[in-house]
Amino acid sequence: MSDAYNFAYLDEQTKRMIRRAILKGIAVPGYQVPFASREMPMPYGWGTGGVQVTAACLTPDDRLKVIDQGADDTTNAVSIRKFFQRTAGVAVTEATAEATVIQTRHRIPETPLCEGQILVYQVPIPEPLRFLEPRETETRKMHELEEYGLMHVKLYEDIARHGTIATAYAYPVKVEGRYVMDPSPIPKFDNPKLSDNPAIQLFGAGREQRIYALPPYTQVISLDFEDHPFEASKAPHDCDLCGAGDSYLDEVITDDRGSRMYVCSDTDFCAGRRAAGHVGRLGQPGAAE
Amino acid sequence: MYVAVKGGERAIDNAHAWLAEERRGDPSVTELTLPQIREQLKLAVNRVMAEGSLYDPDLAALAIKQARGDLIEAIFLIRAYRTTLPRLGASQPVETAAMAVDRRVSATFKDLPGGQVLGPTFDYTHRLLDFKLAAEGELPVAPLAPASPETVPHVTGLLDRDGLIEAAPREETPPPDLTREPLELPANRPLRLQAITRGDEGFILSLAYSTQRGYGRTHAFVGELRIGRVPVEMDIPELGFAIEIGEVELTECETVNQFKGSKTEPPQFTRGYGLTFGQTERKAIAMSLVDRALRWQELGEDFTGAPAQDEEFVLSHCDNIQATGFLEHIKLPHYVDFQSELELVRRLRAEAMQIQEAAE
Repeated sequence: MSDAYNFAYLDEQTKRMIRRAILKGIAVPGYQVPFASREMPMPYGWGTGGVQVTAACLTPDDRLKVIDQGADDTTNAVSIRKFFQRTAGVAVTEATAEATVIQTRHRIPETPLCEGQILVYQVPIPEPLRFLEPRETETRKMHELEEYGLMHVKLYEDIARHGTIATAYAYPVKVEGRYVMDPSPIPKFDNPKLSDNPAIQLFGAGREQRIYALPPYTQVISLDFEDHPFEASKAPHDCDLCGAGDSYLDEVITDDRGSRMYVCSDTDFCAGRRAAGHVGRLGQPGAAE
Repeated sequence: MYVAVKGGERAIDNAHAWLAEERRGDPSVTELTLPQIREQLKLAVNRVMAEGSLYDPDLAALAIKQARGDLIEAIFLIRAYRTTLPRLGASQPVETAAMAVDRRVSATFKDLPGGQVLGPTFDYTHRLLDFKLAAEGELPVAPLAPASPETVPHVTGLLDRDGLIEAAPREETPPPDLTREPLELPANRPLRLQAITRGDEGFILSLAYSTQRGYGRTHAFVGELRIGRVPVEMDIPELGFAIEIGEVELTECETVNQFKGSKTEPPQFTRGYGLTFGQTERKAIAMSLVDRALRWQELGEDFTGAPAQDEEFVLSHCDNIQATGFLEHIKLPHYVDFQSELELVRRLRAEAMQIQEAAE
């Protein structure tokens, strides 16, 4: 652990400022709280918001898990995990159930979370209305007035054009009947897990200087229409390694003749199933590492 | 046979080792020293200090060396270091009228108190490659003149005496701190100037250029451009008075802009202001043009839709550390969101094919 910096890198004043923003976010679920995001020693867009939120939440007793695309071993997850090992000296784990704080990019773990856990999302563009209205001054007003007609028109136009809502990830949700919120670019398959979740869910957008939150057991509804209900979709396959039929899958190209295989994007979930003896189409019994 | 991707950690370690070797380059060539960078690549050092918003030539030189000459990367290193530094206090506002000028030019008056001083400028060099520099060089020596005892008053101050230029009364409220408060829009002028002075030189340059070409035209004259050193003073509570704690080199540009008057303001010249660390005059001039363009509202001018007039557009996009981070993050893994798009496109295509087949 490096002594040159404060515990978890940020100074205590900064952590206090971030914690205040987090508390405000928890008090007003789905509301984007501006915070004075700091320059971090990793680039904006690479999880600086999540890193700052994690830094403000960590205590020396925590056990941290970091995933990117559902996997613990993707390069940026490795880099962020290393950062906290170096600056906070906290224990780390790949097991979802053992982690007290989980920082994630683009996924919610398959293993259900429980009370006492904190899930920290890295958020690139916190504003769900941004691509409908580029101006922050306008979108803030729209949230204030609960003026979400534009979003419904967008979803309706999707249906008119494609027969279905053509949003596959970062699918907008409404929180406790009030704020429309961007769940970060998770696949819409993960959206149902946002709702009524026993864990605290925190969202950090460093470059855009916003923090928002879902306290435990918050109602989160994916936007839809009565005649076009929301559907959590995934590839119509089972995991080729562990055989799971209910987990989100990565598609892997295995040769240049169109062969594909599908594997769980959540590597901890997949390894756990294989260790428990589940075998998929291409898996080898007892091959879990 | 596919094996779950492992080894990210080792890959990162190896990449860092290779990077370190590449940074050093051919070991038979002498290694660059920080004093060499600080003294001989001074304008790069200045840019890193200006956009890194930390005045420390030695650290800037270190950052340039570590970043292999990639100045945005060097600025990033400085910014990340800067945020970890404790704030001991705030200095007194520096007095640029008391600057020990190395360079001072006015484009509006042929001669003026304090005179015109070209200083060490590229302006009138012919841009011919000097092949002598490729060889071990001689030691260039410039002729010396005694320092002028004359004070160098601001040109805008001279215009102000006649009421020809908008007044700029001294503002006593402390300005907000961009690095300590989240940027909320609309911003005020001090906040805008903070953002622009640390903004990307290329971006600010292009915006300023766009105003010259008619996108939010303000017709600027360089009333004055000055480069030099100013003392930095700080109040020491134990002493009860301010003492000098050091000096910084600054570039200051004040433009004088044509203004025919508006519904709310009488005809008089208006101001654009640029102030940057070090000798960074392209940036300071550009900054003053963008500052002036952004002031359309307070002066009662029309918003023509020009990017340089659009505060939210300029402030949200001028920071190269934010921009480069977000731009380059798209090379990170996006398997998951791409996969969800893939499924969607396949389904939409399948449905479209079905409809087509049914029609045939």
